[in-house]
Amino acid sequence: MSRLEVIKTGKLWIGGKWPRSESGATFPVCNPQGEVVARCASASRKDSREAVEAARSGLSGWRDATATLRGQVMYRAAEMLEGRAAELAEALQVTGAGAAAARQEVEAAVDRLVMLAGWCDKIHQVLGCQNSVAGPYHCFTIPQPCGVIVAFSPPEPPLLSLVTLVGAAMSVGNAVVAVAPPQAALAAVLFGEVLAVSDVPAGAVNILTGTQKDLVEPLGTHREVAVVVSAGLGKSERMKLRNAAADGIRRVHAVPWTGAAWGDDQETCSPWFLEQFVEFKTLWHPSAT
Amino acid sequence: MTQADSAVAAAGWDYSPAPERTRPEIDSEYGLFIDGEFKKPRSGKVFDTINPATGERLARIAEANEDDVDAAMAAARAAGPKWARMKGRERGKYLFRLARRIQECARELAVLESMDGGKPIRESRDVDLPLVAQHFFYHAGWADKLQWAFAGRTVRPRGVCAQIIPWNFPLLMAAWKLAPALACGNTVVLKPAETTPLTALHLARLLQEIDLPPGVVNIVTGAGETGRLVASHSAVRKVAFTGSTEVGRTLMRETAAREIPLTLELGGKSPNIVFADAPIDQAIEGVVSGIWFNQGHVCCAGSRLFVEESILETFVAALRDRMKQLRLGDPLDKNTDIGAINSQGQLERIRSLVRIGQEEGAILHDVQAAPLPSKGCWFPPCFFTGVQPSHTLAREEVFGPVLSVMSFRTPEEAIRRANATPYGLAAGIWTDKGSKIFEIASRMDAGIVWCNTYNQFDAAAPFGGVKESGFGREGGLHGLRAYVR
Repeated sequence: MSRLEVIKTGKLWIGGKWPRSESGATFPVCNPQGEVVARCASASRKDSREAVEAARSGLSGWRDATATLRGQVMYRAAEMLEGRAAELAEALQVTGAGAAAARQEVEAAVDRLVMLAGWCDKIHQVLGCQNSVAGPYHCFTIPQPCGVIVAFSPPEPPLLSLVTLVGAAMSVGNAVVAVAPPQAALAAVLFGEVLAVSDVPAGAVNILTGTQKDLVEPLGTHREVAVVVSAGLGKSERMKLRNAAADGIRRVHAVPWTGAAWGDDQETCSPWFLEQFVEFKTLWHPSAT
Repeated sequence: MTQADSAVAAAGWDYSPAPERTRPEIDSEYGLFIDGEFKKPRSGKVFDTINPATGERLARIAEANEDDVDAAMAAARAAGPKWARMKGRERGKYLFRLARRIQECARELAVLESMDGGKPIRESRDVDLPLVAQHFFYHAGWADKLQWAFAGRTVRPRGVCAQIIPWNFPLLMAAWKLAPALACGNTVVLKPAETTPLTALHLARLLQEIDLPPGVVNIVTGAGETGRLVASHSAVRKVAFTGSTEVGRTLMRETAAREIPLTLELGGKSPNIVFADAPIDQAIEGVVSGIWFNQGHVCCAGSRLFVEESILETFVAALRDRMKQLRLGDPLDKNTDIGAINSQGQLERIRSLVRIGQEEGAILHDVQAAPLPSKGCWFPPCFFTGVQPSHTLAREEVFGPVLSVMSFRTPEEAIRRANATPYGLAAGIWTDKGSKIFEIASRMDAGIVWCNTYNQFDAAAPFGGVKESGFGREGGLHGLRAYVR
């Protein structure tokens, strides 16, 4: 007797919980033949605002953890990702990747997470410095997390781009709201499930799936958002985002990589990329007896 | 107050006038500095630059229109490739030359700065000009070392940079903008503020004297509309702005469609936090420098003072006594502490915010004994007590010599209230306890934290804000990053 398969609906990951969209809306995820293979929750404007609130609450738990601990948590996430490699590769294949390419992308994503995990307790030494000022002062400049980062990830490569954006923002102590487009939703949901069992504090990372252009305005104008990174938005959406960000003088970065460029370890794990996720603070103190 | 000061005050003695005698030569009219020469504006229009201490016109200044900005951009673009190809060492030598010429003319430039902007000669001579020269010296040395500043990258200049600067530190802001741009191989169109164009135009003369290739630096004068033309020009590959948050927002929108890289150094409402265990005499001096330096026309001014409740009364009394000692008057007198307000417009703004402060119920402490000079723009140093967090004076930038004093009970409360502002430029912390300094400094939403000091600046120290105080850094290694790709 044949058994009827239980199909999972992909949900949002907000504040450590797995709500369906507040609107109840879902979208179909299709294979290259156009057949519906799964459904995922479609994040609404309200979901996006809740995700930011959750990130704001989750920020201190992640930012104030020691850098060593953050590195270990991220490494743990890499371990969990490796453990679910087969399932992720299958998800990537469902949405069009060949078997070999899917496996390679998952492996690259695991390795990426390992590399970024290693930055947690080193990036300050590379990006920070002591300033030799012309007076009796100790003066130094240190990188600090920006706060809540919003990242719009691209459709391709679905997993590796998301892992890179989330991992980079996490490695320097930020909280993240990632928004994956429908084409990348299956991988995004699975990556959320990986992080959920990796000791990441609730709310430190939040993952939404849905139509990105609907969320540009609410996320670009949200007062609690420090930085918006756009890797998946088209030119007109990016312009809309920059206009939305102007009111709060919010930082907006466009990541130029497409396709295979996401596979470049040197570029994606360079301190010059991570620098977009930090603020520099210059401290002065007199030196005297 | 020192013992000697007390003795002088008790005897009813006062300082004799000590005027700075150097007088720079000021032309009656200045053109636009384009392609290495001063040119009459195609607009045919001029405006006056006024000495705010006397209300008298110093010179007529060209107002650049679209044609003029086009010409400046064309010159900057034409000069770009050769300047970018030049060996870093050679580019650096131009900047070293410039730094030397600035030192040689430092006194004339300081006097000119004080005449055009109203700041005391003591500040323009001892703070602005040394920092200007240091800024060029510092960046000169970077020009041949960029490969070490950007490990693992091969960096190139961005191209033509549009740089728009404010009126509070006219020449210093020109230096902050020009030095890193030139060291990295960019060419520049600079727009000084309309109330303080003179020192930038005299700097242009020094650029001629050091034989800087024509077109590498172009200076166009005018008001907001000229600035908009400069920032939105199609030749521009990078925009840098220092000024108000409101204009910063406009520039973000102006540059949105072209996705031009932007750095913004905007307004502030910076907290200065004094704990009961602070070295009180030093803290008083820090508060004085924090708010009354340059008449409070300082983006990072410590305009919100938070004093631990247990010492509030004694601290406010000491501050009052110290404020009485401040000497307001002729900016060119070497004993002057508080000069003229930069412009009539700014004076109106300060007056209006002070009036609102009183209407909202805060208590004004204004203890200047001497009457204000009859001519020019003046506002006495003052502070408010009884300021509530919701008051306008606790929230809005005054950009004048007006301090809001508030109190707190616990470090947590101090941190929370200090950060409760959309701005995030600077913060001051006063305590003798090292662990407290580190904890609070790390939790301040600010780009600069001065611990047991305030208003320190250096070419090697990155400066800039977070939140609505802008983004990007100027000075130091980090300041180079905006000028390469």
